[in-house]
Order: sequence, then C-alpha cells, then structure tokens
Amino acid sequence: MASLDDLKKRIASVKSTQKITKAMKMVAAAKLRRAQESAEKGRPYSEKMNNVILNLSNGISDKENAPKLLSGTGQEKTHLCVVMTSDRGLCGGFNSNIIKKAKSYFAKILDEGKELKIITVGSKGNDQLKRVYGDKIIENISFKESKNANYFDADKVGKMVIEKFEAGEFDVCTIFYNQFKNVITQIPQAQQIIPLNNEGEDNSSEESYEFEPDEDEILSNLLPKNISTQIFKAMLENSASEQGSRMSAMDNATRNAGEMVDKLTIEYNRSRQAAITKELIEIISGAESL
Amino acid sequence: MSEEFKVEIVNPEKSFLVKDDVSEVVVPAFEGEMGILKDHISIISFLKPGIIKILSKSGDENYYVEDGIVEFKNNNLSILTSTIFNLADMDKSKQQDLLKQAEEEANKTDINDQSKYLADQKVEVLKTLN
Repeated sequence: MASLDDLKKRIASVKSTQKITKAMKMVAAAKLRRAQESAEKGRPYSEKMNNVILNLSNGISDKENAPKLLSGTGQEKTHLCVVMTSDRGLCGGFNSNIIKKAKSYFAKILDEGKELKIITVGSKGNDQLKRVYGDKIIENISFKESKNANYFDADKVGKMVIEKFEAGEFDVCTIFYNQFKNVITQIPQAQQIIPLNNEGEDNSSEESYEFEPDEDEILSNLLPKNISTQIFKAMLENSASEQGSRMSAMDNATRNAGEMVDKLTIEYNRSRQAAITKELIEIISGAESL
Repeated sequence: MSEEFKVEIVNPEKSFLVKDDVSEVVVPAFEGEMGILKDHISIISFLKPGIIKILSKSGDENYYVEDGIVEFKNNNLSILTSTIFNLADMDKSKQQDLLKQAEEEANKTDINDQSKYLADQKVEVLKTLN
C-alpha cells in the first residue's frame, strides 16, 4: 500500500487536473454557444445558395456544355479529399471520428485503383494522417491565428481547391467534417462538392426564371462561390462540433477525476486509521509488558 | 400596401437584413443597374461592386456590396453577398481602407480580365462615395 504521503500527493494532483478540466469545460460551453449561434446563422446563406444553384442547373438546357464544376470532368480517376479537423486536442473523439470516416473512404478509393490526394485543414488531422498517408497529402492548412471560423479563411481554401481543379489535378472533390447535431452527437460527414451532387430533393417548381446574363455565365460565377460557401459551412459545423465534443469530454473527465479523488480519499483515511490503530496497539502492549 | 414586397439580404455569417415593406430595390447587376418593383418576373442575376438602394416606407437605405447574387421569386427578393456595408455606418476611414484595398487589387498584374474589371469597378464606386 502506498504511503500516506504518496496518497496525499496523488489526491492533490488529481484535484488540480480536475480544476483544469472543469475550466476547459466552462470555456468550451461558452464558446459552444457562440459557435452554435454562428452555425445556425450561417445556414440560410448556404441553403439559399443551394436553392439558386438547383434552380439554375434545372434551367440549363444543354447539359453537355455545362460548367465542369457542375458536371464533372467526365472521369473519376483522381480524388481530392479535404479533411477538416481542429487545431487543438482534448476534444474527445472529435478528430478521430473524422479521421476514421476519411480513412475508410481512402481505403475504398485506393482499392478501386484510383489516385488519391489529400488536403488537411487543421493540424490535428495532419498529425494523424501523415503517418499512413503522408505521401498523399499535398497541402496542409491551419487557421490557428483566427479565433473563429470566418468566410475569408474558407474562401482561401475554396480558391485553392478551384485552382487545382482548373489545373486538372483532380476529378472529384470530397470534404470531411463533423456535422453538429447536439452537444453529445456529432456526425462525421463526407460531402462531395465537385462535381456537385444534385441528387437532393427536387422541389423546384416548374417556374422559369429570367437570367441576366445567361445561365452559363451565372453558373460559372456562382459555382466557385458555392465551393467556398460549402467549405465555410463545414468550418462552422466543425467548430460547433469541436466545442460540443470538448465540452462533453471535459465533463466526463471532471466526473472521473471526482470519482478518483473520492476513492483516493477513502484509501487515505483508511491507511491513516490503520496507522493510528497500529500505534495504539504498540503503546498498549508496551504498557502491558511492564 | 399592395405595392410592397419582401427583401432579405444574407451574408455567410448571418441574415444581414430582412425587410417586408420595400417598394423598390435598385441593385448593381452585372449588366447594369436594375430596379426591381413588386411583381417583377422571377429572375436570377449576379452583382458587381456597387450600391444597393432600398426604398421603403420606413426610409431609404443604401448598402455598398462587392459581389453577390440576387434571386427574385414570388415577390421575395434574396440577395446573397459576402461583403456588404451599410453606407450610413461607413465612415471616411473605413471607406479609405476599402478604396486602398481595391486599388491594390486593381494594380496587380497577374489577375485575369474579369477580376481586373471587378477591381476597377470597386475603385470607381468607392471614389464616387467621397
């Protein structure tokens, strides 16, 4: 059994860990509220954008000559995967969930004999992926400096993706992120952004729009913006998910630390009691022997 | 009453403005300024840098935008834009900042014609605000 002094030290150290996790939980809770708010506020934009594009692509008569961002390059040889993770750890299964999802997708692509390219956003994803897929990672971006997800950052990633697409470096682009459902549930998502997946519900009324200038020109202007918008949406969902995940992870950690302190305190008291009893027995038996 | 329609301006961060007593909106569409009144035909167009004028009963408002998409349908006007400023809140220094940015962009040599055109537009519009 550990000595009294050791037990005391352990209790103190667990307690200070508990303090840290508790503080982190509070901070995450405060940040979560803000992140959740901005994720919700950001939704109308991407929804509207999707609607407009849906309407537009339905209006296109000549599918053959549709912009490549919409219809694809006609082949599926090279896949680009944008894996979006956090820059900080201690957030439960947040990062590993995305990585798991991404890895299973990677394996599928490589099995099919296709080429794979990876862009990682956020340093944690890069850390986890570079061991296995190090040679596949072509770009690593991290926004450690910017506190909140902002459109400017998303636009940078979006522009880079489009640049690579136009240079013919890949045919299909998929982004990986965690969709925020609630504090305990975040669903890792794989969303294909190039070519645009249009299988969504066809709720477009048969109403015809007037276009100014023509559909093609609007589409070729809109689609790059849509890429950035989708990435921005993913970033917002991700940051809400990260905080939610961190909050529940830290809540668990705080509770576990509390349990540990209780157990150690009982053990400490017991051995203290045992020491006193032992001393008493020694004194009494010493007195009796006189 | 019957001459009013609803306008909604959204930027990536939030829903920027919602107004449902608007009588006319003038937007800087790509092919020239476009005034939209109630019962306009459904239209989709995109914006170049310029001023959005919103005329309503509760007063007129002017916004500076750098890009965006307008969609008008069933008397609902949606404007999606990534950069928008209310002219009433814009002071001289802010304006100068934007102008400087735009001028830098316009002076770059490695950009294509369209971005060059857009940057020139920005400069032009911002200068007229002075």
